[in-house]
Amino acid sequence: MSRRKTERLLSLVVCLLSTRRYLTAEQIRQAVAGYPEQPEAFKRMFERDKEELRELGIPLQTGSLSPTDGEDIGYRVERQAYELPELRLEPDEAAVLGLAARVWRSAELAGAAAGALLKLRAAGIDTDEPGADTDVRHGIEPRVATTEPAFGPLWQAVRDRRPVTFAYRAAGRSEPQTRELEPWGVVNRHGRWYVAGRDRGRDAVRVFRLSRIEGDVRFSGPPGSVTVPPDADVREVVRTWDSAPAQEHTAVLRIRPGAGYGLRRYATAAPDRPDAPDRPDAPDRPDAPDVPDVPGVADSSPIDPWDTLTVPYSDTGWFADHVASFGADVVVADPPDLRDAVIRRLKGALA
Amino acid sequence: MRPRDKAPATAGAATGRARGQAATSAERLQRLLALVPYVVSRKAVGLADTAAAFGLSERELVDDLNLLWCVELRDPDPYCPIDLSYEGGEIVVSQAESIGRPLRLAVDEASALLVALRMLADVPGLEDRSALSRLIAKLETAAGAAAAPSAQVAVQVDKPTGDATIARIREALARKRRVHLSYYVPGRDEATERDVDPMRLLVVDGRAYLEGWCRRAEGVRLFRLDRTLGIDVLDVPASVPDEAQPVDVDQGLFRPSAEDVHVTLEVSAAGRWVAEYYPCESAEELPDGWLRIRLRTPDTRWVRRLALRLGEDGRIIAPEELRAHIRDDATAALSAYANG
Repeated sequence: MSRRKTERLLSLVVCLLSTRRYLTAEQIRQAVAGYPEQPEAFKRMFERDKEELRELGIPLQTGSLSPTDGEDIGYRVERQAYELPELRLEPDEAAVLGLAARVWRSAELAGAAAGALLKLRAAGIDTDEPGADTDVRHGIEPRVATTEPAFGPLWQAVRDRRPVTFAYRAAGRSEPQTRELEPWGVVNRHGRWYVAGRDRGRDAVRVFRLSRIEGDVRFSGPPGSVTVPPDADVREVVRTWDSAPAQEHTAVLRIRPGAGYGLRRYATAAPDRPDAPDRPDAPDRPDAPDVPDVPGVADSSPIDPWDTLTVPYSDTGWFADHVASFGADVVVADPPDLRDAVIRRLKGALA
Repeated sequence: MRPRDKAPATAGAATGRARGQAATSAERLQRLLALVPYVVSRKAVGLADTAAAFGLSERELVDDLNLLWCVELRDPDPYCPIDLSYEGGEIVVSQAESIGRPLRLAVDEASALLVALRMLADVPGLEDRSALSRLIAKLETAAGAAAAPSAQVAVQVDKPTGDATIARIREALARKRRVHLSYYVPGRDEATERDVDPMRLLVVDGRAYLEGWCRRAEGVRLFRLDRTLGIDVLDVPASVPDEAQPVDVDQGLFRPSAEDVHVTLEVSAAGRWVAEYYPCESAEELPDGWLRIRLRTPDTRWVRRLALRLGEDGRIIAPEELRAHIRDDATAALSAYANG
């Protein structure tokens, strides 16, 4: 860090904000301390300084000094474009603001969230400190992680409307393929990040999971070169892509009493059925040894202690995987193709 | 130029702040541009409070104030645009010139807040919904054009089974009451019943969890709310023992422990999802798109179920006992079909 550079940049900001007229580079050199006399050295330093101000989001305006003379370029910062508008928050709003700022902690946008909070505090807003015992948000801890390295460049591409290329390994494929995408948006669903947009190679809307992107994401066009269709709803695109198709098949399963909860929950007889069965789940931390407790659907007779349930499903392959995971606790009675698929899995696990 | 590392070594120890993270000139400029309006917008500000609000030591804050005070414009006549004092520990800015208001929110800044707020508004059962929507509207107005790209990022929140689940947990947290949970443990395919003293409601990556002291396990446990089969708020005060350590959510929800079993498995291209789905220690490419995955887990029962699910698209390499269990599981399962 250079104190002199900070002083120079600060003086430059104050100087540009204080003027109504456009100032020439030479006028700025005379007003702001710290610029070299030598013209080439000054020009280089001034160019870098302008770039730094723009990167901070300072709206540096360039214009000609007089309408008749287009030769001389001048600079200024309009106060109205610079200043955060007046903003007053109620105490309950300030409390949820503090909560929102914690969401990205340790994730890609953490710095941006902290920067935003700093500016809002500078506008006179007092946000809650974490740990403050207020009733509105008591006991809630929200977080979003962005562990996928592709998140940062893809967010920049979405923000700046730039196309990107990346290597992508689609589900079940052994080799990655290069894709070129006009990204429309990034969406987190079930804890995973996706990017949706127009795949240039396929000339169609596609969804990509960020964790399957290999290597770097590269910009393949200038900012502003992507047009997002006005009716594009990226949440909906990802939701449709990720959702299980209609459950048009029905399985008849025999389930050991006290087992098969992952299937019982979706049995047609059971209440509270969610839209689609879950994918397999993340491991749980261990608990004390469990005594299996058996509520649930009992459809048993004295002769056959097992329960017979009907469970709807959409994809035979996926459902066979799921049923096989219950091992000897679940037996497929019908249909035969599901039964055969489960037997194949089990033989595969034995091999 | 005055390199920062020439500062006395005691400065870091005295303030307790992490060293080696010297702010760039741009970062410091950002801070200075916030510091002036921070003081101007408040009636009385002390050095100590302000330093804390900006994450600085008092010494660093005084250095910032001196830098602001020193700013000088030379043309046409030299003058000092910013006048301030910090005598007696109170900061007064008597002349702020043109930097009396903070800079507008940048696109990234507006997006970070708006995406987070919209996610919170999506959590069912939050009664502060009205505060959330008012704040979203105010920030959108204040950010202006910078708010637009935030619509292109979204975090969807999984809805737990039964809308009332989160509302009941919040009620239990507010009234400090114990809850009774019916909870499905997929790794063991069991529905379990337990009493839990709630500690926090976590919303991590769009999933809601109850963190609480599980009285059956006598430990802190996380319960994914989309796996709760039922919840009752009991008329019993919650009693979370002093030794209960909340999970550090920034370190990830699943952390290895010393008692974990090390598991090595290999999956085909069709089984690569395993590496995305479970927390893995490593994933190593093998020929033909196969992947060798190493992971650790306190309970291998879910790995046995995973192996059956994978069929020929997976093979467990180690430990050997686990391989034997899986052979037994598959044999037992197949015998049911042989009899049928």
